[in-house]
Amino acid sequence: MPFFPHLFLAILEGTVAAAVLALSALGLSLVFGVMRVVNVAHGEFFMLGAMLAWWTAKMVPGGPLVGFAAAMIIAPVGVGTVAYITERLLLRRINYDPEATIVATIGLMFVVQQLALSVFGADAKPVAAPFAYRIVFPWFGYSGYKLFVVAASLALLTAAWWVLTRTKAGLIMRVTQFDRETATAFGIPVNTVYSAVFVAGAALVAIAAVLIVPIQQAYYLMGGDPLLKSFIVVIIGGLGSIKGSVIAALVIGLADGIISVFFSPTLASIIATLAVALVLVWRPQGLFGVAAQ
Amino acid sequence: MISDRVWQLHFAVVAVLFASQFFAGDYGVLTLTRIMVLAIYAIGYNLLYGYTGLLSLGHAMFFATGLYVAAISTTQGGLSVPTAFGLAIVIGAAVSGAMGALILRASGVAFMIVTLMFSQAAFLSVLYFGKYTRGDEGIVISDTIRKFGLLGLPVDLTNASLRYNLALCFLAGAISLSLVLVRSNFGRVLIAIRENENRTSMLGYNVFRYKLAAFALSGTFAAFSGACYALMFAYAGSTLASIQYSINPLLWTLLGGASTVLGPLVGTALMFLLVDVASSFTNANLLMVGVVLILLVLFFPKGILGTIRQLYLPWLP
Repeated sequence: MPFFPHLFLAILEGTVAAAVLALSALGLSLVFGVMRVVNVAHGEFFMLGAMLAWWTAKMVPGGPLVGFAAAMIIAPVGVGTVAYITERLLLRRINYDPEATIVATIGLMFVVQQLALSVFGADAKPVAAPFAYRIVFPWFGYSGYKLFVVAASLALLTAAWWVLTRTKAGLIMRVTQFDRETATAFGIPVNTVYSAVFVAGAALVAIAAVLIVPIQQAYYLMGGDPLLKSFIVVIIGGLGSIKGSVIAALVIGLADGIISVFFSPTLASIIATLAVALVLVWRPQGLFGVAAQ
Repeated sequence: MISDRVWQLHFAVVAVLFASQFFAGDYGVLTLTRIMVLAIYAIGYNLLYGYTGLLSLGHAMFFATGLYVAAISTTQGGLSVPTAFGLAIVIGAAVSGAMGALILRASGVAFMIVTLMFSQAAFLSVLYFGKYTRGDEGIVISDTIRKFGLLGLPVDLTNASLRYNLALCFLAGAISLSLVLVRSNFGRVLIAIRENENRTSMLGYNVFRYKLAAFALSGTFAAFSGACYALMFAYAGSTLASIQYSINPLLWTLLGGASTVLGPLVGTALMFLLVDVASSFTNANLLMVGVVLILLVLFFPKGILGTIRQLYLPWLP
């Protein structure tokens, strides 16, 4: 293939990667922003979402489209339930201590991963795309589903932005993020907000997983890569800055897609991590973060 | 100032370990050797986490540095075992110093995440440069390399008993060093940083320099342990660079008791025992690692020796 069509393909792939990454990083960033804790099991929530999508596709009769629509409901609800239980039984009991939360969610990561291995098995599970439309460019055909993924992510990101900035629920979240104690004093049920945000973060990453699974297959170790990339995105974007996370996701996702097409995905991950090193040297609080007091 | 009973206690631990080799049997000796080598890793980790209060989730990169420098320089570089060992420690110190200078620009939660990420990048690099590291399959160091002369004496690292006593010497050295360090002025500043970084800085200490020293020291312990592991057990594989090996020293330290000198050793030994017992009815030892981590955080945050110190032995270092 000549260079420019090849580059075009790489940009398309990068856009798809960026769209999915933005969704999964948004979940992580939201949880960190409001609750000030890092959920290391975030990648496993992604994997659970993908596994549930596969399971739904297998269980629901009526073809891939119905299965996909069902998975869009079942995966976020299922993963959200797991997140709710985690929040109530684990995070609340350790009082959202940042260090203890990281250690506990690392434990949770291993538990979920190993349970998924014993329940679903070690083989990669393909899921059919809901529709098989191909867009034909002069140089190559491209999966219409991948472009649908981009559109769906954009819609969800816009919806998330709208909820955060234009609704009362969003206002309550932002208030809790800004000052937990004052929020409590004004009668905001902070614990409920925390539960809701943690569940919402998990549901977002589960939806990202449902979207990606027809492209990538479900596998019990698949959580590691989105976790690493989401971390890269939130560090570069600035911990807790949702706008920064989305912008960083676009840049990292695009660069990742392009490097993956021309070189190798492993190299892309290594380079992305080194980019983090540079950002740290230059601006330790991230590109859009506010320096800690 | 370290009191006599503290020295006596630590000497007694080493003496018990020395005596154990006569009762443990072949399998026991091998397992204990492995525990002692990895306990050095945990002891170094504890200097950073337990005493300085910096939670690293990426020490596997330093362990892997020691491991791969030792393995590659002996098998592909043609270096002798002692030279490779020395080289691994020097490079381990350099890498952890450089990484520390970079990573310590982040603090709090960002520090933890960044250590995790860099370690993951190191792990991916091990896979990416599979030509040298042989990726998943790993490097096997041949027995001929592991028999060498040192100062005119023949050394044979395939000999289980020699390996055991060598590991015991290294462990005794690591314990003594750790004990002296935490009771020195340097160690007291580290503890002060853990308790209140701003106040320590206000008292005129260069906090960054102390944290960097603790980080590099702890990374060097990890590289030392990694190099020992490669040369003694003749193997370096990518699993040993994975996130699991970053979490292991944290788990061992938490279980035995963070900021106790002997805690990491106790935790390492106990976790090996648990995995050994559990492996008779399940092979999911990662599942157990996860469960133990969660239970420790929820119900037993001080670990075994930390709890003993709190309840019975306030003088325990």
